Amino acid sequence: MTRLSLSAVIVAFTVTTDEGVRTGAVVFSHEDGEAEEFDMSKVIRVNMTDRSVCVEAVPEGWLGLGGRALTSTIVAAEVPPTCHPLGPNNKLVFATGLLSGTPAANSGRFSAGAKSPLTGGIKESNAGGTASRLLSRLDVHALIIEGQPKGDSWFGLRVSKDGVVIEEETETLGMGNFAVVEVLTRRWGEDIGIISIGPAGENRMAISNISVKDPNGKLRSFGRGGLGAVLGSKKIKFITVDGTGASSVPLADPAAFKKAAQIFAKTLLDHPVSGKGLRTYGTAILVNILNEVGGLPTRNFTGGQYEDHDKISGETMYDTIVERGGQPTHRCSPGCVIQCSQVYNDKEGKYVTSGFEYETIWALGANCCIPDLDAIAEADGLMDDLGVDSIETTVMFAVAMEAGILPFGDGKGVLRMLREDIGKATPLGRILGGGTGAVGRLYGLTRVPVVKNQAIPAYDPRSVKGIGVTYATTTQGADHTAGYAIVSNVLNVGGVVDPLKNEGQVELSRNLQIATAAIDSTGLCLFIAFPALDIPECLAAVIDMINARHGITLTGDDVVALGKKTLKIERAFNLAAGIGPEQDRLPEFFELEKIAPHDVAWDMPTEELQSFWNF
Amino acid sequence: MPEENAIKVTVKLFASFRRDRFREALQSRPQGTRIADVVSDLGIEPTDVGMIFVRGLHAQPEQMLRDGDTLALFPRLGGG
Repeated sequence: MTRLSLSAVIVAFTVTTDEGVRTGAVVFSHEDGEAEEFDMSKVIRVNMTDRSVCVEAVPEGWLGLGGRALTSTIVAAEVPPTCHPLGPNNKLVFATGLLSGTPAANSGRFSAGAKSPLTGGIKESNAGGTASRLLSRLDVHALIIEGQPKGDSWFGLRVSKDGVVIEEETETLGMGNFAVVEVLTRRWGEDIGIISIGPAGENRMAISNISVKDPNGKLRSFGRGGLGAVLGSKKIKFITVDGTGASSVPLADPAAFKKAAQIFAKTLLDHPVSGKGLRTYGTAILVNILNEVGGLPTRNFTGGQYEDHDKISGETMYDTIVERGGQPTHRCSPGCVIQCSQVYNDKEGKYVTSGFEYETIWALGANCCIPDLDAIAEADGLMDDLGVDSIETTVMFAVAMEAGILPFGDGKGVLRMLREDIGKATPLGRILGGGTGAVGRLYGLTRVPVVKNQAIPAYDPRSVKGIGVTYATTTQGADHTAGYAIVSNVLNVGGVVDPLKNEGQVELSRNLQIATAAIDSTGLCLFIAFPALDIPECLAAVIDMINARHGITLTGDDVVALGKKTLKIERAFNLAAGIGPEQDRLPEFFELEKIAPHDVAWDMPTEELQSFWNF
Repeated sequence: MPEENAIKVTVKLFASFRRDRFREALQSRPQGTRIADVVSDLGIEPTDVGMIFVRGLHAQPEQMLRDGDTLALFPRLGGG
């Protein structure tokens, strides 16, 4: 492989000590050959084949990129599209965003990218937690994990200002993510950032995710696409990030940054969705909204409304949380002012879960017919612990119910199979752990809600057609966040497009997908889109912050161009991986089966759908 | 009101609109009642209304209600 040109010569070293294999790097400048301190952002490569670490200056072409734009650029440039996602040629890339680590509100997210073992295509997933900020302060622009060790040993990576140390790991193997956090916090202290996999990732299941410790020692997730299996295939149980001695992220124009950051935060607080609605009811408020418009998929996508919707609604969740002394308002990453997360307690007031999302509640509630928030909350916490995507896993359970593996409504059965089968990787657990598409194929079912083998989440594409365009066309496999057409189809944010008509949906989804790819590159939470779609000052402030941070002069057009370029890079990777236009479609059953109450099927003409890529 | 001029409408309220009001109520209204009239009678500021659905379809405040309609009112909300 060709190395990109560097402004400095970097010498990687590996030494073996009592503590294990230590690896680091020293930089020599071209001019005088003396070692110099890093004072610029860098790319760290960890090669698990020979367990070496290489620290590089950020190549010129990657400097203006962050988050998703960077992970997708690196994956597209360096991962052979036809490689096995769990083999030595896949790479797992973590990248901080253009605003990560700054004082900007809601800038605590970062991206992970690889070839997905679930979709076979390119994947970007992003998460909150504390690690993003710590990596940024250590000037780590991207962390690239490549190669694959031979043998049975597992490893932990320790990132600090001194570089990366690869150490053999035994203590946490087989542990759930909560126990991993506990052990590593004891080992390295409270302030450590932790990125880890649970048993599902160790067992390379396609439903596995990667967890990130949040400010309260709980978990956030790189949820979708089976990235936990990729980390597991590299034999890495966890990555810790030690911010000791790190400096604050440099700002090219601190005064301009401060001004823009204040405007930005004000728009977040002024908008009723980001400033009020989300912090009160969380995302679960969508249960009643989608039920009302007939877009709440029920009983494995056979209906659009759920009779017990109010038992699992955001309103009920709020009342329950308050009654039990939980927290209806909670942040997933430092600096978040939206605070859509929450802490959900059981009847005794004991912690059960946080980050209790609409999609999880919908899937187990309406789609598996389990009208019991307590059971769903327990499953949510368990899924975090096992390290499985709470969308893929729960949508899979509805298909497993249709397959007869367990009955609809069997909350106890779901908990048992999570613990006893998926958690212990029994043969049944591995079948379930293969995800929605795998279970559907094995049981010969046709009502299998996946696109590019990734589960379709909580919005029925027959009655909310804009989101159907996103599911069908996004490079990521079915993913509502890739182009959240619900905003204009249902929520009356950023304009109004009738959810039941085909007209205008492709354009809506395209504009949202381009904007989302750009937002996912900043390290900002996607929920800033609510004010950004309605308040012009919001997006202007984001661009001003990026410019003041990096000393550049981006315009709105540049940001749009970045989004477009990112989508096209991802699309080219997928085409080369064998995922062509014929996979930009919804499963056939959406065309064959109408859904109540509006009695609608999916009827978007193929040509219209494929016109998505005309940009 | 005279029975023949009345319509029955189910009004459903969500999120903060439920506080000190109700979740769902069957109301008798005169013919020609607009959605805005119902909103006004409930003491809800029109600018606080984010989503209006009648029989699960988007509706505008000026729309007249018909006998048997279900009207759902939401404040400005979102998720994802």
